[in-house]
Amino acid sequence: MRAAVRLAAWLYAIAVYGFIFLPVVVLVLFSLQATSFPIPPFTGPSLRWYQAVLSDARLTSALVNSLMVAVLSSLASVTLGFLSAWGFARFVLPGSALLRGLITLPLTVSYLIIGMGLLVLFNWAGVPKSLLAAGIGHVVINLPLCFAIIYSQMGDHQINIERAGRDLGAAEWKVLLLITVPVMAPAIFAGFFLSMTFSWDEFVISFLLTRFETTLPVEIWNLLRSGLNPKTNAVGSLVFAVSIVLVVFFELTLLRRKPA
Amino acid sequence: MSAPLVDIRNVSHRFGQLPVLKDVSLAIDPGSYTILLGPSGSGKTTLLSILGGFVTPSEGKVFIRGQDCTAVPPAKRPTTTVFQDYALFPHMSVGGNVGFGLRMRGIDGATRAAKARDALALVGLAAAFDKKPHQLSGGQRQRVALARALVIEPAVLLLDEPLGALDLKLRRQMQDELKAIQKRVGTAFVHVTHDQEEAMALADHCVVMNDGRIEDEGPPERVYARPKTRFSATFMGESTILAGTVTEARDGIVMVSTAVGSLSLQGASPAGAPVALAIRPEHLVLGDAKGDVALGAGKVGDVVFQGSFKRVLATSMLDPVLQFIAKAPASATVQAGDTIPVSCNAQDIILLAD
Amino acid sequence: MSVSGSNPRALPWALVTPALAWTCAFFVLPFIAMGFSSLTGHEGGGFTLANYSQFFTDPSYWRAMVNSLEVTAIVTVISILLAYPFAWILAEMVPERWQRLALMLAVLPFWTSYVVRSYSWLLVLAQNGVINRALTGIGLIGEPLQLANTRFATVTGFVHFFVMLLTLTIFANLKQLSPSYRKAAADLGAGPVRTFLHVVLPLTLPGIMVGAFLTFVLCIGDYITPQILGGNNELVMPQLVMLQIGRRGDFPLASALSIILMAVVTIAYLACARWLKIERA
Repeated sequence: MRAAVRLAAWLYAIAVYGFIFLPVVVLVLFSLQATSFPIPPFTGPSLRWYQAVLSDARLTSALVNSLMVAVLSSLASVTLGFLSAWGFARFVLPGSALLRGLITLPLTVSYLIIGMGLLVLFNWAGVPKSLLAAGIGHVVINLPLCFAIIYSQMGDHQINIERAGRDLGAAEWKVLLLITVPVMAPAIFAGFFLSMTFSWDEFVISFLLTRFETTLPVEIWNLLRSGLNPKTNAVGSLVFAVSIVLVVFFELTLLRRKPA
Repeated sequence: MSAPLVDIRNVSHRFGQLPVLKDVSLAIDPGSYTILLGPSGSGKTTLLSILGGFVTPSEGKVFIRGQDCTAVPPAKRPTTTVFQDYALFPHMSVGGNVGFGLRMRGIDGATRAAKARDALALVGLAAAFDKKPHQLSGGQRQRVALARALVIEPAVLLLDEPLGALDLKLRRQMQDELKAIQKRVGTAFVHVTHDQEEAMALADHCVVMNDGRIEDEGPPERVYARPKTRFSATFMGESTILAGTVTEARDGIVMVSTAVGSLSLQGASPAGAPVALAIRPEHLVLGDAKGDVALGAGKVGDVVFQGSFKRVLATSMLDPVLQFIAKAPASATVQAGDTIPVSCNAQDIILLAD
Repeated sequence: MSVSGSNPRALPWALVTPALAWTCAFFVLPFIAMGFSSLTGHEGGGFTLANYSQFFTDPSYWRAMVNSLEVTAIVTVISILLAYPFAWILAEMVPERWQRLALMLAVLPFWTSYVVRSYSWLLVLAQNGVINRALTGIGLIGEPLQLANTRFATVTGFVHFFVMLLTLTIFANLKQLSPSYRKAAADLGAGPVRTFLHVVLPLTLPGIMVGAFLTFVLCIGDYITPQILGGNNELVMPQLVMLQIGRRGDFPLASALSIILMAVVTIAYLACARWLKIERA
């Protein structure tokens, strides 16, 4: 009886793994298709679609745009998030709970609505569609995330560590630079990393707020108009590979470090 | 003694509506080891935070070396704090931690390293210079925190329950070392604890606090032998407390009527005043009366073997409210259920105004 | 407790103001702009409730909201039912040293691009895609099934994403649970089933609620998955919103629909607010 339950559990787990990996395996497999349709039977392996992607100037420039928007918007998000988390964790401010609620509020609103709002506002204010506009939108969605992550990690022990620094004669900016930032580095890095991946992957805000120069997800979306195409598989597999490298890097550098 | 190093004058503090310190005044002498002893919520940690500059009191003044430091931030006052959780910087080496205060004072790297090594040697951790805090044991971290605070030569070193996180054996060992280090450097230490044994072992000057007030202060021997209040008689060591009323007062001798009879003592309370009589456990004599004051018979409720002695709890046969707490030799044959006479010597009875 | 500094009043505000200003300028203000916009006509002109009344009177608009709620509810329930046992197996049956790896593998496709992930399901579900080819290949069906461009496809794509998300949150919840609870329950005579029902499940319920809410919010507001996998046969709210700005440039109506969508999410948020507090650790 027990053995049967165990067997059933393992089979179930394997089935779920299968479900989770099915589309990814199909995606990567047919990116190596030699013929023009990413459907069975498999005719590869061939790298011709990867060549097609890398020689497509629209896709490569979109990739550069995406990276740029991701890095810059994440830097802005993590900076604003860190400063505000520090302020709220260290000082008693009137209406603190309400203001913290305001900062985290965008987390509960879908990207579509945030993008819509910015579109209406920018349209009304005469701000043209651009990568900058999309970047602003990305900060709106990632700032609350960075704030929440960093704020949740600022406990009493960290407060005491900062007090010790002040007690030993450090000026406020030295406490910030020499103590708070290094001690909070894991949370800061986690916030930055998550913002990077979310911005890198974000579609609808970029779709609404950019026009000629755009980000990779929007460019991939444009590719989809041509229906099933191994080129889309190839670019999708490349994006996947970049994310995996980032995740593995993150896993190995950050999460392995044991807190003191 | 010369002018006090620290002079706390009429300090009161409230957190919101809650008063945590009520008109506290305290003087601390140079080179002394002061212990603030009290239960949690007694205000001792708040008083330490006010000394360290982390809290500005609602009322009153704090003078250090004759200067008004009441609102001076921690960085600018001649105190340093050893935090209860040590608050070592986890991203810096032990040497970096100890040298931090010197670095903030713009002292060059070589001097800093040399001084940090000296300070680490002082606490017996010379070899740990390049280690990270998380590689050290609790006791070692404690020493690093001490070295870090001492290296910048503060006028007063503040210690917030510094031994609280250590196990009993290590606590007793660190206690001896703290005292030795304090004598060697000659800095005034102010140390907060709720452990009365720690207080008695370390203090030159013991300050017993309760409910935001100083109940008693003085050398620990005096505070133990002649506590000023009922609280300090029961918090700093145990006592048997006899309630009574003064029936007659004349020439420094009072007659006190209690549940176990009338007792004649030295004291100055006026006739009619309610008083409490405290007797330390080691002063109660069990068995066929040897003391000069008989306290009636007690029914032994519990005998707890403590190693070097036995702690005996007995209820008075004359007043069931009266609990005797006595210390019997380890070899004593007294058992729960026995009825035995209890006595003591008049000089060992402490008269407390109730 | 106040912290003394050189200018104790100004510093904290200097720290929190940039983030607050950003949120006001690019989140609150757009929202207000959207609110105003939703109260004007498509061709400009004065105040009107026409956009809202259009939603409440036009059954095709209503239908989109009902579709959204139905899809979201189905996705949330199926995802939790799939993810909970899976997370439990990972947390309880996989040896400790392999758990990190097992979990990382389980959420690996999470890191593919969102657009690409939906496209991948299209590859699997298409008329001549992997599933139809496999089924006709073994002779189980004669004609290919219509899998893509259906609600089934939308739900499949969503469930794929949210099973990963919920596995993560439920796994974290199960691991946080002190083993003492289970030992205590077993010690007091509860078998594995009753321990699970009376101890483990109630203690992980708050975590499940957080995951369910997250699923709800992300699912009901998503445009990509229904657009790629569901096609235009059965519109959901985000598709309806995008349709207004894409084809017709009708910002006021799009604004009104967005606000209605957000109101629904807000109601859901208020319903489970007590489980969703972000607190300092």
